[in-house]
Amino acid sequence: MIVTRHESLRIQDEDEIVKIRQQARRWAADLGFSLVDQTKMVTAASEIARNTVVYGGGGTVDIEMVQAGDRQGLRLSFVDAGPGISDVELALRDGYTTGSGLGLGLGGARRLVNDFEIDSRPGQGTRVVITRWK
Amino acid sequence: MERIPILRMGEFLLVTIQVDMHDRLAMRLQDDLTEKIAETGARGVMIDISSLEIVDSFIGRVLANIASMSRVLDAQTVVVGMQPAVAITLVELGLELPGVLTALNVDKGMEVLRGTLAKAVEEQGGDRHPT
Ligand SMILES: Nc1ncnc2c1ncn2[C@@H]1O[C@H](COP(=O)(O)OP(=O)(O)OP(=O)(O)O)[C@@H](O)[C@H]1O
Ligand SMILES: [Mg+2]
Repeated sequence: MIVTRHESLRIQDEDEIVKIRQQARRWAADLGFSLVDQTKMVTAASEIARNTVVYGGGGTVDIEMVQAGDRQGLRLSFVDAGPGISDVELALRDGYTTGSGLGLGLGGARRLVNDFEIDSRPGQGTRVVITRWK
Repeated sequence: MERIPILRMGEFLLVTIQVDMHDRLAMRLQDDLTEKIAETGARGVMIDISSLEIVDSFIGRVLANIASMSRVLDAQTVVVGMQPAVAITLVELGLELPGVLTALNVDKGMEVLRGTLAKAVEEQGGDRHPT
């Protein structure tokens, strides 16, 4: 898999969540994603970005256009150095929240993308990578 | 302070969301609407989201909160104009909007609000003059 375009953004507050939504939209449109596919990717990005701010205490996102064979995709990697998640399976379950949310963000984002990876260690932080292929 | 304007049209309040709302702005709208319903005694609230390009779990929760809060204040909320791509995405996200009435557009939304209002008046009349 090769990366054909790359950009890093900070995610410290909710204005930056909006910026990431806009940037993800722009890149998805540049890749020629259908409107529905754009909307799914942007919504997933919004969910993970908010978790990064609310639970992770802020972090960064790498936005990448990737190519594997003749497939092109958009990959977003969110990283924070927050408290981490002790039980990832539980956190992924719909309805599970330790905050005041609906507990839909992680599970919902996983359904909205093609590839979903999460790597989290208590005390060290969380990394979530989402990819949607054209 | 940035705010989403709330218009008053007779017994109804009308809100058109035209920007990609950050979370604080969405929360402020929820608070402003609550105050406005109480202040005006409005019987219906219409929220036009036709310009919204996404509804995520946060905005969905705000819409659901507005609907249930308005019901407590005896007003009905209807959300109108959701884009098809947004609706499809919401289903996959797993977000149900409990208690949120939806309509295709502003005209249909008006019909819904007028309909619920007429029904409420009828029921009240029925209480006073049992047949
Ligand atoms: N980056 C993170 N760092 C630490 N904990 C996290 C992180 N992301 C998610 N979590 C934990 O996983 C739980 C589930 O997250 P999820 O996004 O599914 O739901 P939520 O954020 O609680 O609610 P919603 O997203 O529906 O508003 C969170 O309540 C939190 O405890
Ligand atoms: Mg979340």
